[in-house]
Amino acid sequence: MNVLLASLPFYPFVSFLLLIFFGKRLSWRLAATISVSSMAISALVSAILLFELSVTKNQVMTANLWHWFELSYAMGSSDVNVRFYLDGLSAVMISVVTGVGFLIHLFAAIYMKSDVNFSRFMAYMNLFIVAMLILVLADNLVLLYLGWEGVGLCSFLLIGFWYQEQSNVLAARKAFIVTRIGDTSMAIGLLLLFNSFGQLNIEAVTLLAEQANSLSAGTNAESADNIYWIALLLLGGAVGKSAQLPLQTWLPDAMAGPTPVSALIHAATMVTAGVYLIARMHGIFLLAPEVMNYVAWLGALTLLLAGIAALAQTDIKRVLAYSTMSQIGYMMLALGAGAWTAGVFHLMTHAFFKALLFLTAGAVIYALHHQQNLFKMGGLLKKLPFESSLFIIGLICLMALPGTSGFFSKEAIIAQLWSSDTAGPMLWWCAILGALLTSIYSCRLFFLGFLGKARFNENVQLKKSSLLRTSLIILALLSLFGGLIPLDLTLVFSSVMNLPLAQLTEPTWLHTVAIITPFIGMVFSWFYFKSYRISHLAGKEHILQPNNGRFVVFCRQGLGFDGLYKKLFIMPYQWLAQINKNDIFDQIIMLNAWYVGLWHDALVLVQNGSLRWYLAAFGLAIMLLLGVSLL
Amino acid sequence: MTSIPLFHVLILSSLLFVIGFIGVVARKNTLFMLMSLEVMLNAVGVAFIGAGSVWQQADGQVMFILILTLAAAEVAVGLALLIRMQKKYRSLDIDALNQMKG
Amino acid sequence: MTLTCIMLALLFAGGSAWRAENHWQGSAKWLALIALALLATVFAVFVMSASNDFAQLQVLSRVSWIESFNIEYSIALDQLSIVLITLTWLLAIICVLVSWYEIQSNVGFYYFNLLLTIAGIIGVFVAVDMFLFFFFWEVMLLPMTAIIAIWGHENRQFAALKFFIFTQVSSLLMLVAIIGTGYFHLMQTGQLSFYYPDWLLLDIPLSISQYLMFGFFIAFAVKLPSVPVHSWLPDAHTQAPTAGSVLLAGVLLKTGAYGLIRFVIFLFPQASLQFAPIAATLAVVSIVYGAKMAFAQQDFKRLVAYSSISHMGFVMLALFAFNSTAYQGAIVTLVAHGLSSAALFSLAGMIYQRIHSRNLTDMGGFWQSAPRMGGFALAFAGAAFGLPGLANFIGEFFSLVGAFQVMPAFTIIAALGLIGSAIYGMVLFQTSFQGAAKQDIIDLQLRELLICGSLLLMLLAIGLYPTLLLKFSFGV
Repeated sequence: MNVLLASLPFYPFVSFLLLIFFGKRLSWRLAATISVSSMAISALVSAILLFELSVTKNQVMTANLWHWFELSYAMGSSDVNVRFYLDGLSAVMISVVTGVGFLIHLFAAIYMKSDVNFSRFMAYMNLFIVAMLILVLADNLVLLYLGWEGVGLCSFLLIGFWYQEQSNVLAARKAFIVTRIGDTSMAIGLLLLFNSFGQLNIEAVTLLAEQANSLSAGTNAESADNIYWIALLLLGGAVGKSAQLPLQTWLPDAMAGPTPVSALIHAATMVTAGVYLIARMHGIFLLAPEVMNYVAWLGALTLLLAGIAALAQTDIKRVLAYSTMSQIGYMMLALGAGAWTAGVFHLMTHAFFKALLFLTAGAVIYALHHQQNLFKMGGLLKKLPFESSLFIIGLICLMALPGTSGFFSKEAIIAQLWSSDTAGPMLWWCAILGALLTSIYSCRLFFLGFLGKARFNENVQLKKSSLLRTSLIILALLSLFGGLIPLDLTLVFSSVMNLPLAQLTEPTWLHTVAIITPFIGMVFSWFYFKSYRISHLAGKEHILQPNNGRFVVFCRQGLGFDGLYKKLFIMPYQWLAQINKNDIFDQIIMLNAWYVGLWHDALVLVQNGSLRWYLAAFGLAIMLLLGVSLL
Repeated sequence: MTSIPLFHVLILSSLLFVIGFIGVVARKNTLFMLMSLEVMLNAVGVAFIGAGSVWQQADGQVMFILILTLAAAEVAVGLALLIRMQKKYRSLDIDALNQMKG
Repeated sequence: MTLTCIMLALLFAGGSAWRAENHWQGSAKWLALIALALLATVFAVFVMSASNDFAQLQVLSRVSWIESFNIEYSIALDQLSIVLITLTWLLAIICVLVSWYEIQSNVGFYYFNLLLTIAGIIGVFVAVDMFLFFFFWEVMLLPMTAIIAIWGHENRQFAALKFFIFTQVSSLLMLVAIIGTGYFHLMQTGQLSFYYPDWLLLDIPLSISQYLMFGFFIAFAVKLPSVPVHSWLPDAHTQAPTAGSVLLAGVLLKTGAYGLIRFVIFLFPQASLQFAPIAATLAVVSIVYGAKMAFAQQDFKRLVAYSSISHMGFVMLALFAFNSTAYQGAIVTLVAHGLSSAALFSLAGMIYQRIHSRNLTDMGGFWQSAPRMGGFALAFAGAAFGLPGLANFIGEFFSLVGAFQVMPAFTIIAALGLIGSAIYGMVLFQTSFQGAAKQDIIDLQLRELLICGSLLLMLLAIGLYPTLLLKFSFGV
């Protein structure tokens, strides 16, 4: 029992409770102090935990909070506890969550200062951190699911933070429901997992899966089948949360939330939960190489798709959203290829530079009076030199120029693709193409926003706050030098080491190509986006317009997935709901009532109240009776 | 004195009855309906008398006296209702009294 | 003896509330509240101080009633009935609190009916003589119908009639099944008996028991309710006054589940096992169909009513999975749904009092003026769509885990209900509390905070520490 570990989620939780209950009465200063200091404490505690973890021999720490419940199955029962488990992998995650989370909280406290609901905002952010910490620290999949749904709920609340706007409300709903589809797949995966292994504890499951595999050595078709399905269903959950194909459509819309939210939830932490899940369950995935292959392909397709979509965006935040999607695609590709450590490494560095990019973008958007359209920016390099230089740092990390943190992590991924069993040269080329796309859309973004002439009339407004700048500078430093952090996850992924190495030999030009690809992209963009770079071509119209060709618009809308899903799922569901609004079963049952009513109406006709009619009927009946009896 | 055959008496009675019945059914005026009702009662009375004379029994005449009293009572009640009706509806149209419609 | 006294005391309290209201206006609600609190305490003390742990059915009193048919007044308790009676007490107190200002006409008679219904419900949960059970089943029905018909909304007469006819017709089938089983007892042992423990000893051949079981099943499936005999529920829930909806969703539906457990599954295990595929199909259809129908509704209460159908589908699925995990899941779902739907209906009542409409299109943006209410609405909607950490998640998870071991295909379809529930939960919460503010409303007052707060606390307690409920073995 480690008290520090057990207490880790409680600092932000206490802050959440304080802000929710006393939010209206707290001044900005007090509310900000409470939420930011709670994050500072958790960051500090995670640093201590990290240190303790590196000192301990077995590299695992646990803390059992309480017994949650006991699940029984045919052969016995297993405990599900609220228990935290810290190893190298979750240590990376908690340091990212609390460290980057702290910096973003610091930024948000100043950025959101003037919002009426400031304390509510910070409360949600704190709650999100709580849920995220539970997610990464969970020692069993049910607790992980609790955190998983918790971050989903917070994401929903924060996307819809400005809920008076109907579009934000719809974006929040979309995000929640689309991820919920993935979550349901994951829940079914949990059911199958429990049914196959009688366990939901992650360690135990990994162990059992390995045993089952080594014992049967492929002869037990049913167990292999089960593992295949479990891996596939868990992948469904990961795909939903991490905005990968085919459940990627919610992420661009999620940019409706305030910018710190986009930085924290939709770039640095929550969307990488899917990557974490797969890395955490690597024991299962390793036994299902086909699913690993799917993971790699999904990652590769998403990274290309998102790269293409990013090229056509006009909104600075949506460019970054698609870029997030594409970078997570890289992580998925790494996981699928079995490059676990590289994937997690990229997760970490991506958290640094993407948070930096989003926060800087937020600062820029604020400076331009909430202008997000790239075609109404331009020339910011001169007007906002501080923000611009930070943005450049973020972009070069994103493009993975040599020396930056992005370079180390992305190269680590690409290097392992060629010879991987579950990936191969084809996926390597995809990754290279993705890198090319990344560098092109990064350059386009930079040219449009920061070079050329200013295409706006207002003066820039600046938040001169040393705290805000400090948080950005720290993030920039992390982005630049984060690649030097030694990440040793060999103990976590120890089972991976036993895999036989593939026989494929790597050509010698691989690394050279990988390194020069971003530069090719830059050179290409320099010429291709000349009009963006200098705002106008000689002799042409001064105003820069986005290209509205049909294909560009198609790409801008995420390559038609939204429309497709609308036609395939949303409209049929709504149609079904509409036509059956009155409940067909009710109508069938009410037929009885209608039938009785029919007889009622018929008999009422006879009771017309007219005495003479009664008499006539009386006489007629007697005559009939007499006639019948006589005949 | 020749006796009238029963058949003729019955024909007369039936004719009277049918005339009365048609009167009750066809007339809308309640007063005429009451009068037609009397005709019907008397038709039955005729039949009783005729039958009584054929069987040479007093029962037929007893029944006729009963019918007479009944008719008197009926007319008394009927006319009383008629007066109420006239007061309430300002008409003697029987079709105005269809409150019992289902 | 104590239980009988409690039921009689409820009746007496109801009667005196009725009388008292005529003399002192506003006294009925206080009387009802105090009586309920007092009797609930008596019940708690009685159960706590009892020497046995009620793991098995404990017969508490057995008195001959109608001797010529060997009908007895016999009542018993076990852990299942204790849990459900405790839920009844909680919701009964909530019912009085939500009706505090809502009921303005015939106040005394209203509380009489309310207390009579509660007495009937408790009777249903304790009766072990089948004739007595049937008696209480009817006792519970009549005042409930009156509550809907007299204090309901605009279409109350229709809804009350529909509710009455559905329940009455189905309970007629149950009566036939009861008499049939009693008669079978006569054939087998030479003596007529309606005593439940006697019936447990019967050995009924499958050819007969399947019909008997079916009679019981229909009565309880209507009450639960399950598709396709669910359609009284949306009308009754929508038209009933708030307390009526709370009581209907919170406890009355649970009598259906209680009946399924005690008089279908335990009494006719073989026939039920044979019937399981059909029951599971009905359950799965209820889950998915209920969720889909809930999405289509414009009426706040109607939406919640359809969501109840969906949730009760989980109960049915779990019950017909025949294993202890699923069984525990069913019980937790019963309690959790009792709390969460009661909470949602209370919220609907609170909104109705403020804007005089249940229509979702009249709502929107309430969060701005009533943030506390919004927070509670989100939490309760979260409970409805199975947010982990709240009680409903535990119930659904256990139900699904248990059912998956027996019928994976059904369970996977049932799990799709999780998506459906998220959709209607989002629609419910977002259309009423988010969006542009249509009008400003007053935030929750102390009484309402008490209602919502206590319900949320219980949901959280069960969700985070389900051992509270799961420690009961329920005598499987």
